[in-house]
Amino acid sequence: MGGAVKDGWLLARALRTPGNTLALDSEGWTALIAMARAEQMIGTLAYRLEGLRLPETVARILADARTSAEQGRIAALWEAEAARRALAPLGVPLVLLKGTAFVAARLRAGEGRSIGDLDILVPRTQLDAVEAALLEAGWEWVKPDPYDDAYYRQWMHELPPLIHRERDRMIDVHHTILPLTARIAPDAEGLLAASVEVAPGLFVLSPNDMLVHAAAHLFADGDLAGGMRNLWDVQCLVEQFGTRGLDDRAAHHGLSREVARALRLAAALYGEGTALNAADRLYLRRLTARDGWGRATRPVMRLGFYVRSHWLRMPPAMLARHLWTKWRKAPKS
Amino acid sequence: MRHVFSVRIGPVGFRIGSDWRAPIAQLESLYADYPAPRDGVPDFNVRLFAARPWRRFMRPAVMIGGDFVLPEAAPLPLAQGLLAAEMGMNLQMALGQRRFLLLHASVVERDGRALLMTGISGAGKSTLAALLGARGWRLMGDEFALVDPESGAIHAFPRLVSLKNEAIGVVEAGVPGGRFGPLLAGTPKGDIRHLVPEAAALAAMDKPAEPALILFPRFGFDPAERDVLPSEVFVRLTQASTNYVAIGERGFDALTRIVKTVPARAIDYPDTDSAIAQVEALWAAL
Amino acid sequence: MPDRLYRMERPENLRVAHLDSFTAVYHRNSGITHLITAPAPEILATLGEAGMTFTALRETLASAYELGDLDDAALAARLDELVAAGLVSTA
Repeated sequence: MGGAVKDGWLLARALRTPGNTLALDSEGWTALIAMARAEQMIGTLAYRLEGLRLPETVARILADARTSAEQGRIAALWEAEAARRALAPLGVPLVLLKGTAFVAARLRAGEGRSIGDLDILVPRTQLDAVEAALLEAGWEWVKPDPYDDAYYRQWMHELPPLIHRERDRMIDVHHTILPLTARIAPDAEGLLAASVEVAPGLFVLSPNDMLVHAAAHLFADGDLAGGMRNLWDVQCLVEQFGTRGLDDRAAHHGLSREVARALRLAAALYGEGTALNAADRLYLRRLTARDGWGRATRPVMRLGFYVRSHWLRMPPAMLARHLWTKWRKAPKS
Repeated sequence: MRHVFSVRIGPVGFRIGSDWRAPIAQLESLYADYPAPRDGVPDFNVRLFAARPWRRFMRPAVMIGGDFVLPEAAPLPLAQGLLAAEMGMNLQMALGQRRFLLLHASVVERDGRALLMTGISGAGKSTLAALLGARGWRLMGDEFALVDPESGAIHAFPRLVSLKNEAIGVVEAGVPGGRFGPLLAGTPKGDIRHLVPEAAALAAMDKPAEPALILFPRFGFDPAERDVLPSEVFVRLTQASTNYVAIGERGFDALTRIVKTVPARAIDYPDTDSAIAQVEALWAAL
Repeated sequence: MPDRLYRMERPENLRVAHLDSFTAVYHRNSGITHLITAPAPEILATLGEAGMTFTALRETLASAYELGDLDDAALAARLDELVAAGLVSTA
């Protein structure tokens, strides 16, 4: 494998076939580690490579990443517990999404995962009560901007971001998995109804719904940022749960095309590979656009995808007004 | 990244890439006697880059990037590229270090035992460390004390000592024969000049030391000393640590061990000569 | 409130270091470090794993630790803080 591959495929291949990394030279390792960090996957890589005989420095760096992920898991589950306590009086079940869900359910997708915010799904009808309960329990608004706020509440699939005043951790309260301005309308109530209890009072989506969510999140909710990690989630879920009933469930949510594409891309990056169409190849080029310093490359492509994601999200009339607004964290360079 | 420099400082290796040659040339010169990262793989990457391609040449402004970044950080002029590199390395440690408990402190060593000086900026930690380093002490670091959570030992991290404003003159006078970097005027923190640690300090950078005394110095007051209770030391050290929370239980173990076993004193001093005398007296009384 | 049983968090979930008049407590489930002082360490030690009602706790604190002047409101407030921090659970 040497130092020949210098884009995201270096990371993908290392994750798919950990043994391949034994052929890396120091330049290759340096690039792999930088890329993994940039994609928020250093912990994932560390778990995948555990047990291999690695150069001492590499072993050390990855061991640190594992302990870091473990500490992150503890903090994430405590946030979930805090949210559970705050919402318990409302009788609203706490449905966890994304990273916190994976670690709460001890899924493979959660191994080594770095978790930032707590993402939860609640019924839209209970949104006001949930908001009030969280504010009561010590969370506060991150950005008190009236324009953003009004837009958020009317059109987005989540409340504006909240952060806990003492613990300094963010919570994202979703009521569905795609913005209301998108042209696809998943069955939010169905997601809640099919949720699974994994610990007292803590629920996660059903495996098929988790896959649908991962696909929705990847294509419709962003400019493919974090895509390599998202597709790793897809690959882990498929390996752990299979795809029985997935087609029907995806169709039910109106996300057949997205789910099918997610499965193909995940297989291409991390699995046995599969037949790809032209659009798939474009997506893969965008997803693997990283260099040996972990920088995002292929800038013309990136802009194309950024515009496209907003097109999907908003009717054209709103797009112009909104094109340069950043919602939360600044994108990494 | 057109220009690259790699260096190991104590147990931590860095790879620094730059769109400009000048900062790299300065780093190569000042860090000439430092080793390379172990196994050729750095722990952290720092990038000095132009925000837009044309900013490489027109009013060049150095943005600081790397594995860990502060998104709203303002760029520095190219003349302060060396400072940008140092800040970039600080940032990687502050945000990404997980192996060692990091304390914001300067450290000097004698007879295998370490003296830690910690406190707010401007208290004189770097100045005192630089001066003691020229008076029979080994400089282990002026910015971060690296505490090994398993053993409790302090590991050396001897970066270039960062001296600001008045401290520059004091140390230039107090360390004749010292090797200094360029004077960087008009930085966000005033004038800055870097001192290269002595050859003996660099040669010993892989030798840890047992912490034996913690000092909280305060500059600009009549000489005074008081004991600091373990609970106060605990609070002040967590405030001085960027990664105590992130490393979890290991941090708790390391810190409680330190505050329960290592004596701590707060010292007020009017000038550096007085401080050095106080330090030597306290050390002798241990 | 009178009938509720207050229990200390399970010992394996806490790391406790007595410093001076302050005690440092690391809570494994949250990763949070608490610095507590009287009457909190005494409350934790008294409650133990078996747990106690509010009334029993108040009486034991008064007799064992001479914390007799702790009024109900103050004790309840301290207990609530410990519960919120996860160091004490209510059955």
